[in-house]
Amino acid sequence: MSEVTQTYTPGTHPDMPPPPGQRGIVLWLRKNLFSSWANTIMTLIGIYLLYKILPPMLSWAVFDAVMNASNREECQALGSGACWAFIKDRFIILVYGFYPEELRWRVDLSFLLLCAALVPILFDKAPMRKPWMMFSVAYPFIAGWLLLGGAGLTPVGTDEFGGMMLNTVVGVTGIAFSLPLGILLALGRQSHLPIVKSISVCFIEFIRGVPLITLLFVASTMLNYFLPPGTTFDLLLRVLIMVTLFSAAYIAEVVRGGLQAIPNGQYEAANSMGLKYWQSMRLIILPQALKISIPGIVNTFIGLFKDTTLVLIIGLLDVLGIGRSSMADAQWNGLSNEVYISIALFFFIACFGMSRYSIYLEGKLDKGYKR
Amino acid sequence: MADSNAAVATSANDDDLIVIKDMHKWYGDFHVLKNINLTVKRGERIVVCGPSGSGKSTMIRCINRLEEHQKGHIFVDNIELTNDLKQIDAIRREVGMVFQHFNLFPHLTVLENCTLGPIWVRQTPKAEADEAAMAYLEKVKIPEQALKYPGQLSGGQQQRVAIARSLCMNPRIMLFDEPTSALDPEMIKEVLDTMIELAETGMTMLCVTHEMGFAKTVADRVIFMDEGEIIEANEPNEFFDNPQHERTKLFLSQILGH
Repeated sequence: MSEVTQTYTPGTHPDMPPPPGQRGIVLWLRKNLFSSWANTIMTLIGIYLLYKILPPMLSWAVFDAVMNASNREECQALGSGACWAFIKDRFIILVYGFYPEELRWRVDLSFLLLCAALVPILFDKAPMRKPWMMFSVAYPFIAGWLLLGGAGLTPVGTDEFGGMMLNTVVGVTGIAFSLPLGILLALGRQSHLPIVKSISVCFIEFIRGVPLITLLFVASTMLNYFLPPGTTFDLLLRVLIMVTLFSAAYIAEVVRGGLQAIPNGQYEAANSMGLKYWQSMRLIILPQALKISIPGIVNTFIGLFKDTTLVLIIGLLDVLGIGRSSMADAQWNGLSNEVYISIALFFFIACFGMSRYSIYLEGKLDKGYKR
Repeated sequence: MADSNAAVATSANDDDLIVIKDMHKWYGDFHVLKNINLTVKRGERIVVCGPSGSGKSTMIRCINRLEEHQKGHIFVDNIELTNDLKQIDAIRREVGMVFQHFNLFPHLTVLENCTLGPIWVRQTPKAEADEAAMAYLEKVKIPEQALKYPGQLSGGQQQRVAIARSLCMNPRIMLFDEPTSALDPEMIKEVLDTMIELAETGMTMLCVTHEMGFAKTVADRVIFMDEGEIIEANEPNEFFDNPQHERTKLFLSQILGH
């Protein structure tokens, strides 16, 4: 069947839709799944694998799962799938650790305020951004007061922190404080002043040369030898400091890579206008360098958040620690799959959220200057 | 030593915006600028030309301390260029520079590029800076691009924004480092027209360029540099019709030959 071909004088050809088979879902399927023999075979293998894996996984996790039971035997009697009743039973302790029950509202409130404090930082179209930002800056102190108590609230010792709350506290603190410190270290490393430069280099190389676990051990055992006798330093505070320093060294290198990608012309243009060092850094160089470094920075943060489970080694019970001790409970002996999947889900939500935010941020900052 | 310094300091008069005396520069062991002596009066337009590697760009970059000179003296508006940061900053405020590769700030809009200097260096209030910037953007004939980002503009438009950006600081001297070398022929014309208009307002200009037509139209003096030395300096008609030096003759025959 021949198509009607019409000739148009130059300059009068109308806009027409593409022929069927060249647009829409059919085109997508043809280009992406069935474009060549190899692709077609892999698509069919993929469909087969999905057929083999998905239904059993879904029936274990969803359709045959048990939501209400009081111990393992009951769970197994009620269904052959996952025993989510175990997680339900342990949920409070997985999230709040050993925080006193009647004071848990403080943890909830500080989490809600965290979400509120993040909004003006993450989204620059937020209304009334400037006053809101001042709240964000004050947030660490507010959260510290809420979680630790004192000055009107019952004090809670840091040894009662645990579970997801502990991971979040360590992760958020580490992320929030290591970014500015890392930027300063990166600038220090580039500096022409010899003392600043050598301190920055030594710090970065030392921290990167040892595993985080070693630093945590130093924090928990050896730090006492370096401090004047009699000073007691809260364990959680020591951990927070170590985690922040650790992350700052990695951020410094990521930012240094970003700084190196800025063409010399930008520094020259800033200098020839008479901008001083900190002005040109803040207004011109760092915005560009940080934008380039976003993937590396978010990568480091995601790694940091997951590394917070290492506090297990020095005796702080984070979500993984509580999960594992729950598995040892006589009533629920051996339900490891449910525990690990739940913990993985917690980390996945947090890390995937960070990842998605970073993609949003890169899209927003893309002003079309990749020429 | 002090005597010659005093002699140098008092020999500058108010009309000499740039005075370069016995200036030498080395990159490591490489003697890149040799015995440069140059005086630029207020309102003068000077074109510097020469083969690649002759040190033309290096020389004008020494004027606003993007490069440091190791020997000799440079005075800009009677302020000596030394390692003193305050003096360097004072000089940079009075000297505007337009680069070969534009060097616009890609993360800021065109308007923000132009108002950055006045707001942060001259402490101008934002509304005033915006108004002045729009006026200069109109002078370079691209006011409608004010809210776009540099990445969305053509090369000629970007260079004109760069010129407007420098002008917003109200400099006394404008330095141009091969402003049209990275542009294609259509855009070269629009930038040169802008520069000619700027020259007609009486701005002191020191321009490194290969555009001899521009030199003939606008320049008060044409300076030829080769291998770090100033070989010849003359007003345009004399320079093009009666070159004195062998090297100048060779250069002119190559550049005007095609």
